[in-house]
Amino acid sequence: MDILVNGKTESAPLSACLTDLLRERGNDVKTVVVELNGRIVPHEEFAQTCIQANDTLEIVHFVGGG
Amino acid sequence: MSADIPFILGGIPLQSRLFLGTGKFGADSLIPAVAEASGAEVITVAMRRVNKNGQGITAHIPSNIRLLPNTSGARTAEEALRLARLARAAGCGTWVKIEVISDTRYLLPDGYETAKAVELLVKEGITALPYINPDLYVARACAEAGAAAVMPLAAPIGTNRGLRTKEMIAILIEEIDLPIVVDAGFGRPSQVCEAMEMGAAACLVNTAIASAGEPVRMAAAFKRAVEAGRQAWLAGAGAVRARQDGAEASSPLTGFLQ
Repeated sequence: MDILVNGKTESAPLSACLTDLLRERGNDVKTVVVELNGRIVPHEEFAQTCIQANDTLEIVHFVGGG
Repeated sequence: MSADIPFILGGIPLQSRLFLGTGKFGADSLIPAVAEASGAEVITVAMRRVNKNGQGITAHIPSNIRLLPNTSGARTAEEALRLARLARAAGCGTWVKIEVISDTRYLLPDGYETAKAVELLVKEGITALPYINPDLYVARACAEAGAAAVMPLAAPIGTNRGLRTKEMIAILIEEIDLPIVVDAGFGRPSQVCEAMEMGAAACLVNTAIASAGEPVRMAAAFKRAVEAGRQAWLAGAGAVRARQDGAEASSPLTGFLQ
């Protein structure tokens, strides 16, 4: 199924949870922050949160900055 | 000689008055050594989208250091609020440096949107540290909205041009009843020293250290400059004599050899 991640279409397996998606993307589950359809998902809900087709996600983390 | 009092910011006592930015280092792996040499207890970071296999900076920041995420990329107060919420959700505390900028050439902060952002963030329990032009009215609006400090610029971001706004910063130090953390544009240690001599509460340095030939050595130099300026402020500088009044001998004017 297609989902929109950080403004680009990506494919994810049906009924994937956030933890699966992040691992699949090679992202650090502990340090990223996820906004799913405009709502920030607490870290403790990553494993129980399922992705649906056409969901919109922002996946962000801290980078160097002044 | 009495010891200096700690710098209390957002209710937290800080020993170091040098804040460190983490942008533009040749490699993020330099940051632990730079952080240690700087003595900084507060370090800024930015929040950005994660690419596939993208690694963030968190792993390179010593765990005893307080993170100060910025809202860079925000052009409006609402965008700053969204970034601040995301930053808080990262679980690294509730301090946020508010940066609201829509000017892409000089990267000057939008005072109106910044003051609005302070109001929105403070309502959500965030310790708001706004990056501002050194403008008295903007600083007052931020103070009234509940900012924990204001962060006026010395010069445009990333320019290494030094304390170009000296007169305006001096007015903020005199008039605003909040810590003044001078941010952006510093190029050399002597410049942060001057800001601290004037009574700034702290200085934030990034590019000057990141772009130095030896960033770790430069971080140590900035640490000492901030400390020297702070000590000079506490000591109280002597009066300046007008040029037309000539010199005033330091040595006695009596007892000369014949």
